[in-house]
Amino acid sequence: MSGHVFHPGHSELHGITVIVETTGSRTYVGRYDSEDEYGVHMLDVGIHDEGAAELSKEEYIRKSAKFGIRSEHKHLIVPTSEVLRVIRLGEVA
Amino acid sequence: MPYNPALVAPMRAEVTRLGAKELTTAAEVDAVLGDQKGSMLVFVNSVCGCAAGNARPALALALQHPVVPQQIVTVFAGQDLDAVSRARQYFGEYQPSSPSMALLRDGEVVHFVHRHQIEGRSPKDIAANLTAAFDRFCGAAV
Repeated sequence: MSGHVFHPGHSELHGITVIVETTGSRTYVGRYDSEDEYGVHMLDVGIHDEGAAELSKEEYIRKSAKFGIRSEHKHLIVPTSEVLRVIRLGEVA
Repeated sequence: MPYNPALVAPMRAEVTRLGAKELTTAAEVDAVLGDQKGSMLVFVNSVCGCAAGNARPALALALQHPVVPQQIVTVFAGQDLDAVSRARQYFGEYQPSSPSMALLRDGEVVHFVHRHQIEGRSPKDIAANLTAAFDRFCGAAV
């Protein structure tokens, strides 16, 4: 079963843990599921809000990389118009 | 809803044939992790081929290393729900992810490989992460 992928036809980011940076104060970290007309669908998502959080965005990402993502939402949609960029967490950690 | 057990059986076997003891109930987890001594690797197995498809071969490669944990155990996420939930209670502040691997020494997590450290990486690279931790935490001089 090694290397077998159960999700043919999905985006190359499907199932990958990503950081979604937005045009606003929020940054989302979680598993990328898909994208449709509503936005980017994410699973098991943690949120950093620059205006409300104790940790800086960089500290939050570092903590998520080391200890994992404290999931606040099982499923969340980030509107496409708000998405600045999508980065694999594994690339920055 | 858990996958069909017949579908999952080869994925379980891919790990247990390496010598990993499979824990399928919370009681089994408590019996092994409750008073854990020495070094132990807990492999949280998973169906998802995006990451687990590389995690299992990585484990196989890592276990060929001269220094390995004294015990290897495995739980299966999305299948043996109680066992996985209980195992995660022993992982301290490390958040749930699957597949993942926790290296424990005398009951403390000393190294953790998250799903995001597995995704997109080759079994060789993942194994290198593990064996570096084996060298650091599982040697006789630790």
